[in-house]
Amino acid sequence: MTTTTTATAWEVGHEFEPLAIDPISRTTLALFAGASGDHNPIHIDIDVAKSAGLDDVFAQGMLSMAYLARAVTNIVPQEQVRKFGVRFTSITPLHAQPTCYVKVDSIDDSSGERLADLSVAVRLADGTRTLEGHAVVALDGTVGGTDA
Amino acid sequence: MALDRGLIGTETVGETMSVSRSRLRFFAKATGQEDPVYVDLAAAKQAGHRDLPVPPTFFTAIDLEHPDPFRWLQTIGIDLRSILHGEQEFKFHRMAYAGDELTTRSRVTDIYEKRGGALEFLVRTTTVTNQDGEVVAEAVSTTVIRQLNLT
Repeated sequence: MTTTTTATAWEVGHEFEPLAIDPISRTTLALFAGASGDHNPIHIDIDVAKSAGLDDVFAQGMLSMAYLARAVTNIVPQEQVRKFGVRFTSITPLHAQPTCYVKVDSIDDSSGERLADLSVAVRLADGTRTLEGHAVVALDGTVGGTDA
Repeated sequence: MALDRGLIGTETVGETMSVSRSRLRFFAKATGQEDPVYVDLAAAKQAGHRDLPVPPTFFTAIDLEHPDPFRWLQTIGIDLRSILHGEQEFKFHRMAYAGDELTTRSRVTDIYEKRGGALEFLVRTTTVTNQDGEVVAEAVSTTVIRQLNLT
């Protein structure tokens, strides 16, 4: 489950093993509504979705971002994550199957702290890209440390 | 409808959440989290944490503690059915844990439109501080307001 942060993984262009997520069910959306505090009915009530001209409910954007955060903290301990930002580029429909991708874009040693800029993305099984963004992580552990 | 750019600089909701282990375990379950550090206190302590860590994207849940968190949007004329999450960014300054009391302060930092007003963008910046007044995280959230084509 945990990807080890070996030195060889930290090369520009390295792609970490994608994190596959189970298909999004109505239960997924209901649980995330409760856990995230986002009770907007557009994600959990088909009647409200239809009243807005949609065919059905769709997933909360922050659900996919939480999956992507899991992919990042599988690679480095959370205390090494400095920044994490995404754009939501498409909605995630019910029953969609997201996969999270993380790739090393660049490594910067200039600030005294070795930082890796990771490009992060979520794509659905049909190829639709739903989230894209970046995470900046420190490569030298502070609290907790790496397994180096 | 066009959002009033005069709202830029306005404070929106600000809330306080006492973060509980049970809420963090619920969030872990809801997001399929398999890393024991986020659910098992012994695993968290083994990894050097003082309690279960608050995961990176959980911070947006704090503002939503408000009894009617979307009221502010509605008071400025936004139909909840018309909103989409456009962008979300976090900067992390220190870890937060179960047992912490986290407080948000949020303000409107930008309003703009695209496609001749068919899409409006509301940008809010939130600072999260802990019970010691230390900044834990900063979040920038962009909400997209689309025109509803209702029959």
